[in-house]
Amino acid sequence: MSRIELTRFPIVKSAVKNRWPQLAVFIVMLAGYLFAILAGLIGTPVGSHNFSIVFVWIAWWAILILVAVPFFGRGWCAVCPIPLPGEWLQRGAVLNPPDKNPKWLNLRWPKALRNIWLQNISFLLLALFSSVLLTTPNVTGIVLAAMLFGAIGLSTVFERRAFCRYLCPVGGFIGLYSQAAPIELRIKDKQVCVTCDGKPCYNGSTNGYGCPWDVFPGGLTKNTYCGLCMECIRTCPHDNIAINLRPFSADLAKPSARMDEAFKAFVMLGSAMIYAGVLLGPWSALKDAAYKVGTGAWFIYAAAFLGIIFIIMPSLFAFCISRFENLKSFKKRFATLSTSLIPLGLMFWVAFSLSFVLTNATYILASLSDPLGLGWNLFGTAEAAWQPLLTSILAPGQTLALVGGLVWSVRTARKAASEARVSSIPVIAYCFTATLVMLWLLL
Amino acid sequence: MKRPELLSRILIVAATLGAIGAPLFFWTRTPLIHAQMAEDGGWSPDVIQAEVGKPLHLRLTSDDVLHGFAVGQMQMDAVDIEPGKVTDIELTFDKPGIYTFFCTRWCGVNHWRMRGTIEVSGSDPEPVLSKADGAPLYVSLGLDIDATHDAPVIPETQPSAISGQQLAANLPISQYANPHFYRANSPYQLYENLNSTDLSDSEKWDVVSYIWESNTTPEALANGSQLYAQNCAACHGENGAGDGVFADDLAEAGESSMHNMTGAAEMAMQTPVDFTDSKRMLGASPALLQGKILRGGMGTGMPMWGSIFTEEQIWDLIAYLYSFQFIYQGATQ
Repeated sequence: MSRIELTRFPIVKSAVKNRWPQLAVFIVMLAGYLFAILAGLIGTPVGSHNFSIVFVWIAWWAILILVAVPFFGRGWCAVCPIPLPGEWLQRGAVLNPPDKNPKWLNLRWPKALRNIWLQNISFLLLALFSSVLLTTPNVTGIVLAAMLFGAIGLSTVFERRAFCRYLCPVGGFIGLYSQAAPIELRIKDKQVCVTCDGKPCYNGSTNGYGCPWDVFPGGLTKNTYCGLCMECIRTCPHDNIAINLRPFSADLAKPSARMDEAFKAFVMLGSAMIYAGVLLGPWSALKDAAYKVGTGAWFIYAAAFLGIIFIIMPSLFAFCISRFENLKSFKKRFATLSTSLIPLGLMFWVAFSLSFVLTNATYILASLSDPLGLGWNLFGTAEAAWQPLLTSILAPGQTLALVGGLVWSVRTARKAASEARVSSIPVIAYCFTATLVMLWLLL
Repeated sequence: MKRPELLSRILIVAATLGAIGAPLFFWTRTPLIHAQMAEDGGWSPDVIQAEVGKPLHLRLTSDDVLHGFAVGQMQMDAVDIEPGKVTDIELTFDKPGIYTFFCTRWCGVNHWRMRGTIEVSGSDPEPVLSKADGAPLYVSLGLDIDATHDAPVIPETQPSAISGQQLAANLPISQYANPHFYRANSPYQLYENLNSTDLSDSEKWDVVSYIWESNTTPEALANGSQLYAQNCAACHGENGAGDGVFADDLAEAGESSMHNMTGAAEMAMQTPVDFTDSKRMLGASPALLQGKILRGGMGTGMPMWGSIFTEEQIWDLIAYLYSFQFIYQGATQ
């Protein structure tokens, strides 16, 4: 299947080039985000009736993992409100072109940290506390506020969207999985970019800002670090940048060889499996340990969590693909072959999320009418009773997602193995075993 | 500043104010009474002001588990308070005084600590808690309700009021079948009074059983049974054996809180009383049990119920407690 340029349709192009549609969405998202913080801090402490828990961890998460990431890649980043106040502050404007002289420190992000290791860590930090975070509104409120103010703080010190690019715990895995999505932003003609004066897409111009994600669109070969902010489409003087519809997992045909991205794949795959065991499994002691943050049991849980993700799963993978050779080539092969885990991890998350999203979706109705638990009934749905949805299709749906993920991974593994010039069978065996374990955990 | 920039800033400020200011405004104007398990704070606020004759509208919500709400010394049905939801209730007080509101659901081991007060002001000269009859009976009798009161003799089998009724027909015992005697004396004291008869030990206990039943009514026993199930069974057990769902937790809490005291005696105070223990129950008069219920266990897990139960409710409850010892004709146990 060849690519279809969506921006060649006038309605799409004008919607992207005009700042107002995106700004309108931004404003709604920002208001919702601020309200979620407020609800977490002043609303009922009962998570199932608090807007911050219900709309962030059920509604938003469902949209993100079941729709936005698989089909739109970094589509969420295109409308995410977290970087906006910091970015507006950084530029001193909402719509106007920025001043030539920076208003703030405008430092470059440290070279040693120009990778996603910090995002791996920030995700794991939230993951280790997730049992509390996902159920306690004021903790969710504090974390949401911390992310907002963290992004604002970084915007005043570093150039562009340093928080999104290097720290956001969500942005890291969205970037990883966006490689599998059927949407991309790419240049149309490389030669045009080579000869373009001033590279306004990266440096900014009177038409707009330089890439907030610190990416030169002319060099884009994969979705990972393009936040789909559309700014380059507005600044490109040659109309050389397009949004394309493309086949799924197009970026995975040319695997990355970066260890930070390889470990992100293990972080996500392992987290999905551990969550399935802890949150959905029958082991109450495990669940208790995850909830009792700070106790000895929790420290054991945390050590096991990190051990599985950073030692056991990568070691098993390394064992599967090991051959006698020098370390450098092994690391490259390790990172290349771990690309196979990207579709598998994405579908693990889809299968896991189906379970708790369908189970808890009806809380959305009640929370919509009474978001703070103050006894309101804004839309007449405050008394909506809790009941799991679509229970009959849950298990088949999860099985389909997991088996589909395995097939997708096998296809990716064969391409990656071909790239690394090794057999794909050990990687396929690893993915098969992981899928069996996930099936056992979920079904 | 260009107009689009200005407009965008106005929209952002408006949205921010709308998202934060509006909910805050309504939040500050929606006072709720929050219920939490006692170890997390209980009722908040736990003191409420009201006026005689003026309806008091309360909005109750639970911050954790299912709780209940009722006001002591008042004819009202308890209402449930569900987590994250708001329950509206309206109360009107006829008399001034300090009323106690309390949780009616077994929400945790410290459930009984979930209490608060409603201070009702008004010009009525007769406050709710002043007893027309004066001091409670156990006080006027001068009973030491903490003294040991075990019966020296207990029946070998559970006494039967049915058998006792037949035996009593031929005995001059009408003086015992009145509330004054019944409330002031223990079953064992009556048993001793029957020593002048020719009855065997078990027959005497059967007569005691009959006399005790004749001092209550099936309605009173049913009311006592309901009060017991709602308020006492969590600790004392549905069958009165001191083995309620919180008994183990109370013992554990008692053990941890008694490390600096003298051990077994204090430990025992944390264990709910076993109403099937014949020595203890047959040696206790209704007046003595009234004192224990009114005042509570003083340092044990036994709460004071004087501000919650009416006098009539306490007598009904006491009548029901003796049903753990006797086989009544109504057989309500």
